[in-house]
Amino acid sequence: MSKKSRSRGGGGAGAAAGDDHEDLARPPPLQAVLLADSFTLKFRPITLERPKVLLPLVHMPMIEYTLTWLESAGVDEAFVFCCAHSHQVKEYLEKSGWAEKAGAGSMAVTAVESHDAISAGDALRVIYERGVIHGDFILISGDTISNMSLKDALQEHMDRKKKDPLAVMTMIIKHSKPSILTHQTRLGNDEIVMAIDPETKELLYYEDRADNSHLYVTIDKDILTNNPSLQLHNDMEDCYIDICSPEVLSLFTDNFDYQHLRRHFVKGLLVDDIMGYKIYTHELRSGYAARIDNFRSYDTVSKDVIQRWTYPMVPDVISSRDCSESRLHRQGIYKASDVTLSHSAQIGANSVVGSGTSIGDHCKVLNSVIGEGCKIGKNVLINGSYIWDNVIIEDGCKVSNSLVCGGVHLKAGAIVEPGCVLSFNVEVGKNVGVPAHSKVSLLPQPSNEDSDEELEYADTNSGVTESPPFSSMRSNGDQATVPSEDESGTFEIGTCGVVGYIWTSGDTGILEEWRQSIAPIPKEKLEELQHAVSEDDGSEDESNNPTQPDKDDSSDIAVEDDDPFSKFEKEVEETFQRALGGGVNQDNLILEINGLRLAYSLQHADCAGAVFYSVMKSALVAAQSTNDTLLKTTAEALGKWKDLLRNYTKTVDEEMEILLKFEEMCQETTKEFSPLFSKILPFLYDTEVVSEDAIMRWAEEKEHADESDKVFVKQSEAFIQWLKEAEEEDDEEEE
Amino acid sequence: MDFQVVVLAGGTSETLSPLVSKDVPKALLPVANRPLLSYALDLLEASDLKDLIVVVEGQEAARLVGAWVSSAYLDRLCVEVLAVSEDLGSAGALRAISKRLTANDILVISGDLVTDVLPGAVAATHRRNGAAVTALLCSVPVSGPSETASSSGKDKAKKPNRLNIVGLDKTKQFLLHIVSGTDVEKDVRVHKRKIQAVGQMEIRSDLMDAHLYAFKRTILQDVLEQKEAYRSIRLEVLPYLVRSQLRSAPSGGNGTTVGETGNSAVLSSGNLQCLSQHHVITPSAFKQDALSRSHGGHRCCAYIATKSKYCHRLNSIQSYCDINRDVIGEASHLSGYSFSAQNNIIHPSSVLGSKTTIGPHCILAEGSQLGDKCSVKRSVIGRHCRISSNVKIVNSVVMNHVVIEDGCHIQGSVVCNNVQLQERSVLKDCQIGAGYIVTAGSEHKAESLARK
Repeated sequence: MSKKSRSRGGGGAGAAAGDDHEDLARPPPLQAVLLADSFTLKFRPITLERPKVLLPLVHMPMIEYTLTWLESAGVDEAFVFCCAHSHQVKEYLEKSGWAEKAGAGSMAVTAVESHDAISAGDALRVIYERGVIHGDFILISGDTISNMSLKDALQEHMDRKKKDPLAVMTMIIKHSKPSILTHQTRLGNDEIVMAIDPETKELLYYEDRADNSHLYVTIDKDILTNNPSLQLHNDMEDCYIDICSPEVLSLFTDNFDYQHLRRHFVKGLLVDDIMGYKIYTHELRSGYAARIDNFRSYDTVSKDVIQRWTYPMVPDVISSRDCSESRLHRQGIYKASDVTLSHSAQIGANSVVGSGTSIGDHCKVLNSVIGEGCKIGKNVLINGSYIWDNVIIEDGCKVSNSLVCGGVHLKAGAIVEPGCVLSFNVEVGKNVGVPAHSKVSLLPQPSNEDSDEELEYADTNSGVTESPPFSSMRSNGDQATVPSEDESGTFEIGTCGVVGYIWTSGDTGILEEWRQSIAPIPKEKLEELQHAVSEDDGSEDESNNPTQPDKDDSSDIAVEDDDPFSKFEKEVEETFQRALGGGVNQDNLILEINGLRLAYSLQHADCAGAVFYSVMKSALVAAQSTNDTLLKTTAEALGKWKDLLRNYTKTVDEEMEILLKFEEMCQETTKEFSPLFSKILPFLYDTEVVSEDAIMRWAEEKEHADESDKVFVKQSEAFIQWLKEAEEEDDEEEE
Repeated sequence: MDFQVVVLAGGTSETLSPLVSKDVPKALLPVANRPLLSYALDLLEASDLKDLIVVVEGQEAARLVGAWVSSAYLDRLCVEVLAVSEDLGSAGALRAISKRLTANDILVISGDLVTDVLPGAVAATHRRNGAAVTALLCSVPVSGPSETASSSGKDKAKKPNRLNIVGLDKTKQFLLHIVSGTDVEKDVRVHKRKIQAVGQMEIRSDLMDAHLYAFKRTILQDVLEQKEAYRSIRLEVLPYLVRSQLRSAPSGGNGTTVGETGNSAVLSSGNLQCLSQHHVITPSAFKQDALSRSHGGHRCCAYIATKSKYCHRLNSIQSYCDINRDVIGEASHLSGYSFSAQNNIIHPSSVLGSKTTIGPHCILAEGSQLGDKCSVKRSVIGRHCRISSNVKIVNSVVMNHVVIEDGCHIQGSVVCNNVQLQERSVLKDCQIGAGYIVTAGSEHKAESLARK
């Protein structure tokens, strides 16, 4: 707070100068960059019409919380970066009075506008170009709710920087709730695994978007050599509040491919050991900080606000700014003074009702937020939902665990199932049921989901209400017949349907739906999750229950430790199998095998052996019974794949390799071939897979071998003899 | 305490040749003029663990060890010396004597451990946690911080070599992850579910497995029986137990789900839950309860010795030199001797010539004679050695009955029993096997000499 009284020094443009401020008598003003665009599509379709930062969170736009906090944290100057719907954001800043504030004791807010930014990286590059940041700054996005004190974190950051100029960033992290399943699901975002040095709090490893395909967290050995001890955290939340040095901006400019703050920037810095930049963490021990990243975190944070975890950012304290008075009643019920509430209506704990709203008889409102100027009819049940301003809900409706935007009209008997999002001005017809997890908007779903797109929509459709592209859609028949416990008793199949487009689930996919929607996580999912915990532990290593003896444990390890050649052979075989089954083009097959050869850094000759082995194996699988059929299928297979084989038998050495491999197969792996050796050899000769030179050399080499090794030479003696004679004849003829 | 102790005393280790031989098995190798095994046995006696099985590799070695033990510990310990065939590995040796194990818990200690960590403390931790196995972890030795420059090479001081990578839970009680052997140099892979289950895990690469374990007998025997291929406790048995510990009981799934507004919590019955929760909510009384409830899986615990404790294993010639130096130097309390005011021990029966100095951190055992103008620094000299004049001995170990003639210089070397050093021979960083004769005037540097 002490920083507030300081006058602002060192304004004006100019590149960020890290060491400059040492010379200044006064410390430079504390600056903040607020990104008023999340550059994601998580809040679609609502964000088509209004920027995310202006969406109301318990009556107040999110950006209001962020700005209020920044001011209270002692920030002198904030730059609001707006991109999509930038004029709406700017308009808001002006209207709410943030933009006009100037002078000592309050925070100056400047809007920075850019229309071609598609990521946080772009935004920071724009900020850098403007040259407005001169010292360390706070990087935050406009959807972050916090009441933490920045003093300690800032002090830590500054001290660290004095000692080590490479410490460019301090990330604020927070312990999440201590339960296995709610660690990460609470806010609906991706799991984060972090490795932190317990002494210095340096961040060593960061992984978000931890999809389950990676069962293991892999920490580079170099990290461990430099840090003998580190903490692996899965129980931390990233608050997305960063204290950055000005170098951060130039880093973004230098690395123009950095887009995402975490995925690219943080990981990029951690991996890069040339520059040696370091990122530190600051653990938030008291205070609140959370970012609204998706619908679930919207739900969670709203509840936290209502339950006053974010004090003083709570409805009855800050709403007084707008003069719409809201008072806290018992059981966490906030009610504006001019609410018209029927006596028989019941408002449950932890609910908020905005001013000018009227609620009819026998209504039930539980754990919900209802905005201003709403009209709610009789016998309405609202449970765990967020109803924004000016919504009309007619008699007998049921809304559970859904988000209903401003201007929506629910006609009598409509049922909104959990997890729905009804965007602005959508109408739901009489007795229509909106199926769970649907997203309805007056705007059609853009086919190309791209943030650029959002921009265009923002510009063209901002005043969309004038001519909404109406499209009456009948909701799904069987969904509409969901039996209702309405007092009315009768229930008709939807007649009017829904006005608006029903969006198909976008990039998040159905699988992620449950994770990020407002609807509570279904029980089955929780059990599944829990099950997964024990399941995966079982599969973690091959050895199973300690009470069951399993001998394959050791053999499994043996296979793993095998030499690369047998692995290679296996892979070639698998590739070949695929070619057999799926009809992979022969050229592609050759490409793939060559790729494998390079991957295992083996010789061409090894390839020949492996491919030959695969071909023979396929013949064996096809035959499986008598020697005659085996011979036949072998001939077929060789005929079919001779081109492939010939591709690998360019020199005598490689042909030799095939012969040796064949011999080895007969002796060891596939003894079925051994009686047929002498019969298959001519085939190989005929198909020009092996030349007579190779056969002769093979026979010669074997002459000095052990008796046991000569079995096959002897077996094919007749053929070799024939070859010799033919050769001599050729020679004679030539002479 | 119902603990049975197994001391794995080894045999005639290859790595320690030429110091060990048929006549001197590893267990009897003198460290500061005391057999190596006596350090472990004294330690066990101090912890009141008196029911011992000493396992020695090889019949002959077992006979020698047995003879020494019965004379030295006749009334003090109840020791049984068993011989097993050589090259079984630590797990193999345990398997061979598995039938002799009867107590509920087994303490396995390596006979080459020189430490002042009380095994009783490890045993108590083991009991308190009801663990399947408790391993003693100690800091990786950075050999002799004060003397690093002179004796043990500079590169070692720079970076202590990594011996183990361990994952511990928040309370540092439970062993969640262990990597040993050659895998230590690879990237660390930790199962994500494991981290999820415990919330946070501390990965340490500065701890080493000291080869002192407390096992629950039934579990140990099961593992030894089922995993016939396992040869090493450190490399195979312990990692296996750690890997399999978090598996929940097969009956699982009787967890109760509690759904509340927005925040849901699931209570599961598995081990995982106990691990992540009990330190948050429970005082120790409840912990016992939680432990008894957890069925199926077992738990692996760690006893982490504080940094100030001394804990080294004698498994290389380098460590032999280091331990000798430490036991007469900074860790002198281990030697069991009382040092004189000059910080050395000179047996009254020894004879010193004129102008001969024995520096601090030296031991001169009974019956040894030194001629004139000798100087001994930081060295151990055994019994009945005859040392002539003008001899310098620095940072070395001289065992018993060694004859050193005039003008010899010995630095950083180990000289075994009955060696004869003729005039003016110079040894630097050498190991001289028993009975060897170093010819007059010869110079040796970093060599290992032994009689053919």
